Amino acid sequence: MRISPDEMVFFEYDFVKLNFTIVSTWTIMLFMVIGSVCISRKLVVATKIQRWQCILEMIVTGIKDQIEEVGLHKAKTYIGFLGTLFLFLFVSNLLTILPIYEPPTSSLSTTAALAVSVFFAVPVFNILEHGILNYLKSYVKPIPIMLPFHIISEFSRTLALAVRLFGNMMSGVIILGILITITPFVFPIVMTAFGLLTGSVQSYIFTILASVFIAAAANE
Amino acid sequence: MLFDWFTFVAQLINFLILAWLLKRYLFKPILDTIDQRESMIANQLHEAEDSKTKANDEFEHYQQKKSAFDQQRDELFNEAISQVNAEKQKLLVQTRHEVESLRLRLQESLRTEQQNMGSEIIRRTRTEVFAIVRKTLSDLASVNLEDQMAGVFINRINNLQPGEKKLFYAALNNSSGEILIQSMFDLPVAQQSAIQQAIKNNLEIELEINFKTVPQLVSGIELISGGYKISWSIEEYLSSLETHIAELLNQNIELPAEKVPE
Repeated sequence: MRISPDEMVFFEYDFVKLNFTIVSTWTIMLFMVIGSVCISRKLVVATKIQRWQCILEMIVTGIKDQIEEVGLHKAKTYIGFLGTLFLFLFVSNLLTILPIYEPPTSSLSTTAALAVSVFFAVPVFNILEHGILNYLKSYVKPIPIMLPFHIISEFSRTLALAVRLFGNMMSGVIILGILITITPFVFPIVMTAFGLLTGSVQSYIFTILASVFIAAAANE
Repeated sequence: MLFDWFTFVAQLINFLILAWLLKRYLFKPILDTIDQRESMIANQLHEAEDSKTKANDEFEHYQQKKSAFDQQRDELFNEAISQVNAEKQKLLVQTRHEVESLRLRLQESLRTEQQNMGSEIIRRTRTEVFAIVRKTLSDLASVNLEDQMAGVFINRINNLQPGEKKLFYAALNNSSGEILIQSMFDLPVAQQSAIQQAIKNNLEIELEINFKTVPQLVSGIELISGGYKISWSIEEYLSSLETHIAELLNQNIELPAEKVPE
């Protein structure tokens, strides 16, 4: 049984591998970017707008409001990173309704890459907000003995993020595969629907956790 | 194999590229559009507020103008009423004066007419009386009235009192020395001679005496010299009749005072 979509390799040369994870990610990227370009070209400032623009505005403002509720008041600074994180995870999990599709988030490499992105985003945004000195000082607060604990916390947080998302998505896919083997009719449909819900919730949780980490660091 | 380093790095790069692309083509345009729309709506609300304020100001200005106009209209109306009343009073006074004037003129006209009529009546009465007397004397006594009148006049000259003569001489001295005898009828030569003789005998003067016929003289003869006059006529006898007729006419012609409306 294939646990990760990384194992489905289309092309390999030396250490370069073109596996299903990368291909599906590119597909999703292409879909999202083309859709964004098409819609953003027809944006209207007037009060009477098209439905697609209205839906997109609702999604974007919803993400912005969530970021602000977490405590990041300069939401426009963070929405590029956090919004992309949420939309990528959401679209990746939404497409599980397609028959042969496996979400790239069920690959530990992808979730680890996303977690590492968050890992680096936290200090980058913190430094942009407060400067590098204040950021470094935050590691020795309230007392210098807390420095190793802060460092461990950074890494464990990143690891927890990566494994949580990977575990949830991979488990959904594996359970679905097992159920298809056992009962190929009713249960897979139910589990697919359940997987949609789980994927949406996980994408929300991942984004919120990333926002909380950034906010906690930025507001210290 | 759960973890692949190449895939990890590729996904990291993919995600960063995607984040940059979405920020450029999705989040920024949409947030800018929303900001522009909010700004536009805020401007519209501000303009609406301004318009409302302006409309309120206009309304208040209009109300003030309307109040001023109403007040001015009332003042003009009251002034017009006052002017009309004043004009009415003025016209009433003027009308009253005109009515009074007309009444006076009418009264004067009536009085003049009355006088004319009275004069005419008196003249006709005298003529009729004179004619009746002449006829009566002629019929009853075969006497000529003119002869009798000349006789009476001569008697009057003959019976002049010394005082009267004195006054006559005084008047004669102040005049050009001419004596005029006036009568309403032509005196016959015999009567003229008799009168001349009577004057000569009684007044003892030798002056030229002129005789003149005056139809307006009511049935009489008069001697005029300077400012002195010796006369006889039936006018004295007609005076009583004239007085009664005048009283009768005055009673009929007196106009009541007109009642002029206030």
